Amino acid sequence: MQKFQTITSTYVPLPIENVDTDQIIPARFLKATTREGFGNNLFADWRYDKEGNPKPDFVLNDPTYSGEILVAGKNFGSGSSREHAAWAIAGYGFKVVVSSFFADIFRNNALNNGVLPVVVSSNFLNSLFESVQKNPKATITVNLEAQTIRNNETGEQESFEINAYKKECLLKGLDDIDYLLSNKDKIETYEKKRPFVY
Amino acid sequence: MKTLFEKIWDAHVVTEVKDGPTQLYIDRHLVHEVTSPQAFAGLRARGLKVFRPEQTTLTADHNIPTMHQDQPIRDEVSRFQVDTLAKNARDFGLTYYGLNNPKNGIVHVIGPENGYSQPGMTIVCGDSHTSTHGAFGAIAFGIGTSEVEMVLASQCILQTRPKTMRINFEGKLADGVGAKDMALYMISQLTTGGATGYFVEYSGEAVRNLSMEGRMTLCNLSIEMGARGGLVAPDETTFAYLKGREYAPKGDRWEQAIAYWKTLKTDESAKFDKEVTIDATQIKPMITYGTNPGMGMPIDGSIPELESVDTAGKITFEKALNYMGFKPGEKLLGKPIDYVFLGSCTNGRIEDFRVFANYVRGKKKADNVTAWLVPGSWQVRKQIEAEGLDKILEEAGFELRQPGCSACLAMNDDKIPAGKYAVSTSNRNFEGRQGPGSRTILAGPLVAAAAAVTGKISLP
Repeated sequence: MQKFQTITSTYVPLPIENVDTDQIIPARFLKATTREGFGNNLFADWRYDKEGNPKPDFVLNDPTYSGEILVAGKNFGSGSSREHAAWAIAGYGFKVVVSSFFADIFRNNALNNGVLPVVVSSNFLNSLFESVQKNPKATITVNLEAQTIRNNETGEQESFEINAYKKECLLKGLDDIDYLLSNKDKIETYEKKRPFVY
Repeated sequence: MKTLFEKIWDAHVVTEVKDGPTQLYIDRHLVHEVTSPQAFAGLRARGLKVFRPEQTTLTADHNIPTMHQDQPIRDEVSRFQVDTLAKNARDFGLTYYGLNNPKNGIVHVIGPENGYSQPGMTIVCGDSHTSTHGAFGAIAFGIGTSEVEMVLASQCILQTRPKTMRINFEGKLADGVGAKDMALYMISQLTTGGATGYFVEYSGEAVRNLSMEGRMTLCNLSIEMGARGGLVAPDETTFAYLKGREYAPKGDRWEQAIAYWKTLKTDESAKFDKEVTIDATQIKPMITYGTNPGMGMPIDGSIPELESVDTAGKITFEKALNYMGFKPGEKLLGKPIDYVFLGSCTNGRIEDFRVFANYVRGKKKADNVTAWLVPGSWQVRKQIEAEGLDKILEEAGFELRQPGCSACLAMNDDKIPAGKYAVSTSNRNFEGRQGPGSRTILAGPLVAAAAAVTGKISLP
């Protein structure tokens, strides 16, 4: 996994609530056996018409907006456990997703793929949507080390939560399997003393 | 003093990561073709074996046809994905129930029916509806593919301990109201993100009175309000269901298991982070009108008016109704529909087919309706035939298909065409979920049966 560094970037606004995993990557694209190539089908049914042509009114097809940060409405990533959703976000080139609320499984999947989900207050989220509407070149700075996010248009800044372990993993580009494998003796000890063996 | 959830969680803690998540031991790992290939590829890349192969079971369900399963899968990409699962089973020495195996079926149907899913266990699968197995008093939850790889490699997962919530269904359900209605009502009250961050225990008279099938339906839908999982304390209903099933403990082990399982309940003075009480007597047959499972209402109700929706949610609400072709304030009773889907890990078990068959007995399928009846497993289909339900269905003009996830997520050919309305017993009414442009109305098997014979949304 790539190390996560401080990012300052323009951003793509998606002010829709409850964006579910079937919108992020529809099920018909889940037939692949590798992790690559999902970025092209990110938000496929909103992004392309039946013939596969880009729909001009969808934000990813609007050259006005671009950047490594996606800013979305409340409860982003609800629904399925498909990690393909996180692969699609990462594959498209987003490194950060900002929302006022994330579904649990999506949040874990994102973190496991080096994509940082940043939870902000609904007021901060609204100000991000307003800033980018006024100035599509508005930028956000996300500093993982300091756990801060800054709306550079207005100067507003908030802190965000992330557990110290995951933060370390992202900063160093490590994954959980490295950690778990270093713990095999503890697993075997647990197996000997557990209350009921199934 | 502990809640049921805390008792099971604490019994599975291997270690706590400093300033981080818990390393949790996993008793059962269920694996299917769609969310596992990249995990097995990861093991290969690291030169790892599966740590506890005997605790791992594979089935093909998401990406398979529900007709002509004796023939090779026609779609080349799908066939490769299913073949990859079979190859991974061989290479890593794992139990695999492939197509035409009598134990094949939807992962959350075969786990319980084979006795894999037991009280007090931790159960994971790369599928959000793994919460289904919570019906047995287990901590069961869906995971992503990186986490599938973690469990394959170490039989453990790193998870932050969720908060606890208890949802208490007081009183008895009215006639004709089932577990699906309880769930859709609950989600409509709590919203689609209302239980995010929580693990839910379902309790109360209406829950106690549910069969295991009903409890599975209720727990299955926990994820649709954002909860990581839901569980029901095991009781005599649970034990009676499990007794004699293939992988359930036998002989002395059964007695030991029962003694342990009887300790698995929330202590009286244990505290939950959140408590919700629902008056079960007031629940009516439910349907959804929008594009998430929280957009539900009683079948004879009206869609909310735009003014009643909060400002931030207005765009989303209007987008959903526009997609569905409905208007704010509209009633849906009497609305013509095009498709009926009975099946999925939510409502593809024997009880669901009994309810459906019992309603359509002596009636005829409406001409304007295409009905897909998809048993959750071969064992369910065998039971349908053993009880003669297949004859009743056939006489009413219905045909049974072969097991699989089918139109629930429409990865195979079972796609609802764009613009068509489907009354579905499945779990998600997301845009395009049942096929690009499809319009899903979620309901229980009884409402689906009424829609199938009248051709419109009707009171059962």
